[in-house]
Amino acid sequence: MTDTKHTLVALVEDKPGVLNRVASLFRRRSFNIESLAVGGSEHPGLSRMTIVAIGDSAQVEQVRKQLEKLINVVKVADITEGDMVTRELALIKVKATASTRSEIMQIVSIFRANIVDVAPGSVTVEVTGDEDKVNSLLGLLRDFGVKEVSRTGRIALTRGSGS
Amino acid sequence: MKKTGAQILCESLIKEGVEVIFGILGGSVLPIYDTFPQYPELRHILVRHEQGAAHAADGYARATHKAGVCIATSGPGATNLVTGIACAYMDSVPMVAITGQVARPVIGKDAFQEIDITGITIPITKHNYLVTDVTELARTVKEAFHIAQTGRPGPVLIDIPRDIQQEQTDFVYPDEVDLPGYRVISRGHPAQIKKAARLIDEADKPVIIAGRGIVISQAYDEFQEFAEKAQIPVAHTLLGLSCFPGDHILGLGMMGMHGTGCANMAVQNADLLIAIGMRFDDRATANTKEFAPNARVIHIDIDPAEIGKNIPVDVPVVGDIKSVLTALNEEVEKREHVDWLSQIEQWRCEYPSQDIRQTGELLPQYVIRQICEATQGDALMVTGVGQNQMFVARYFTFTKPDSLISAGGLGPMGFELPAAMGVKIGRPEEVVWCVAGDGGFQMTIQELATITQENIAVKIAVMNNGYLGMVRQWQELFYERRYVDTKLWNPDFVRIAEAYEIPGVRVKRREEVIPAIQKAMKHPGAFLIDFLIEPEENIYPIVPPGECLARFFEPSRTETWKKKSGVSITEF
Ligand SMILES: Cc1ncc(C[n+]2csc(CCOP(=O)(O)OP(=O)(O)O)c2C)c(N)n1
Ligand SMILES: [Mg+2]
Repeated sequence: MTDTKHTLVALVEDKPGVLNRVASLFRRRSFNIESLAVGGSEHPGLSRMTIVAIGDSAQVEQVRKQLEKLINVVKVADITEGDMVTRELALIKVKATASTRSEIMQIVSIFRANIVDVAPGSVTVEVTGDEDKVNSLLGLLRDFGVKEVSRTGRIALTRGSGS
Repeated sequence: MKKTGAQILCESLIKEGVEVIFGILGGSVLPIYDTFPQYPELRHILVRHEQGAAHAADGYARATHKAGVCIATSGPGATNLVTGIACAYMDSVPMVAITGQVARPVIGKDAFQEIDITGITIPITKHNYLVTDVTELARTVKEAFHIAQTGRPGPVLIDIPRDIQQEQTDFVYPDEVDLPGYRVISRGHPAQIKKAARLIDEADKPVIIAGRGIVISQAYDEFQEFAEKAQIPVAHTLLGLSCFPGDHILGLGMMGMHGTGCANMAVQNADLLIAIGMRFDDRATANTKEFAPNARVIHIDIDPAEIGKNIPVDVPVVGDIKSVLTALNEEVEKREHVDWLSQIEQWRCEYPSQDIRQTGELLPQYVIRQICEATQGDALMVTGVGQNQMFVARYFTFTKPDSLISAGGLGPMGFELPAAMGVKIGRPEEVVWCVAGDGGFQMTIQELATITQENIAVKIAVMNNGYLGMVRQWQELFYERRYVDTKLWNPDFVRIAEAYEIPGVRVKRREEVIPAIQKAMKHPGAFLIDFLIEPEENIYPIVPPGECLARFFEPSRTETWKKKSGVSITEF
């Protein structure tokens, strides 16, 4: 079996220590995760966690079942197979001089990204999209000198009206 | 009327049917202990080390199928519980561990005896709680017992800051729990059960692997009916022993690293394995890559995460074993496996793993067999860890359901004595034998004081080989007999017992074994026998680490013995 990226979406109780329990599980069972993003959900008291895990299907199914055993985890689904919408937000601080600034702005506008801060030697770009889009923008901006990057990791929902 | 947190805790425990608590006090649990006199129905057993409290609660739980309860103060008291909690976790034992915590205002300030015990125990508990509001205490206790005792059982820890124990609120004990993230699948899926039944009907060389889940589910009758109806031989994991009569014609004994040759051969040659309430632990399977190469696998377990964890499974059935087996018994056809069973009988003769060699030496196998004879199997056997544990597993014939109490998953030396206390307190009408290693015994030997103080009538058999025997055996076999630091200087255990006002005898020779056991059984209270057994006796067969289950070996001396006379290996 081959390792692939899997997107797991979990509804977890919004209680202290829950993130610790999830992280502890990954560490203890040596599961590889690429990213973990957590924030509010449509249910009061529940957060939605998006986890990108790497492994073959059996390993990821094992991760899913172990996660589901945590008392504070209400539901976990591996949505990789189905149709899903995924997004990531990144902030990228790029070196910018008077001569490069307009070129950067052009690239940013092609990617429908935004400039959210301008300083004498740099601009900060905000971009949302799937990871490929973020990666390609980042690739192009590297030529100008990237000073700092902060990425949220993937968040995801299934497409369509079902949940 | 308002009640303090300590009172709420006690009343909640009573609501849960708790009768016994094992523990040691300290500053952070003083308010709780201070209320104990108001609740005489809660018996507190003062142990001599918190590890003893946790193992005793564990033994109590295994013996009664109710959650065992232990309590310790914050900091060192809590950390001393850790081994016992981990042990209960590995063996799916229901337990509620209560720890005191420093008062809320100083949490996070590294206060005196402050330890993040909920952080420490995340990976070794089914769930844990730090109570931060006294109004949540009753609900927390309710949830803790529910989680500990349902589904796949396990330990739950509740950490209670001292100021919460003193704070007051109304006491309302909830009738129900509301745990949206906790589901127990108890009935197996009918379609899966049908699929399993068809595989069973078709198999020619089926073997059951019987695990502790059968004991937990108390499905002895359903299980025996299943094995007999489909006529399938039964190999046990260590903790699955005593779920099926050990003298049954379908019984193969224990499988695994020290399993019987017959059980291991049967498993390796099976065309179908029906794994019930077991988790394919590496001590049972040996090398998983070469494990039962021609077998399809049915796995019945209450924990979905066990399915496919270590071994690929063809037909999983998730559910409570008692209910699944009841349904399965309806589905499977009555069958006979004449050829397969005769093949198995052949292995039984070829690998007479139950035989004890005839010798003047005092062999541990002989001691265990004599305890079995003397009690006629009507005893609860608690073991230590190491060779003594394996000798009990292999040479005691378990005919009484649920009569082996042993720490399989974690294997902590020192389990035996405190666990035996818990077992005896939980089942006072039963005869309880504690088979201890001389090494392990000294890890929790101080509980002899608890035994005397609380008048706990356990019979202690110290298997005194003067070695950390199991490790010495590995050094002998895999490290060219370099016995580095496994030799033990031991005190005189009979005099030690005497100092604790427990009578005892020392046994050096074979002839003294039976009289000593009789003496122990006649004595109404606790009794200790120090068996000076053959120091370098090994447990065989052994599957060397990393090898496949079929490549077990027995020593050549047994072979030559057998060839030379044909009488020296005797069936006792
Ligand atoms: C707490 C702990 N420490 C170390 C070990 C490793 N270990 C496994 S068996 C064993 C030897 C046990 O010696 P003893 O209690 O005398 O039993 P024997 O094997 O001699 O019957 C050791 C050291 C363990 N299982 N538990
Ligand atoms: Mg020893």
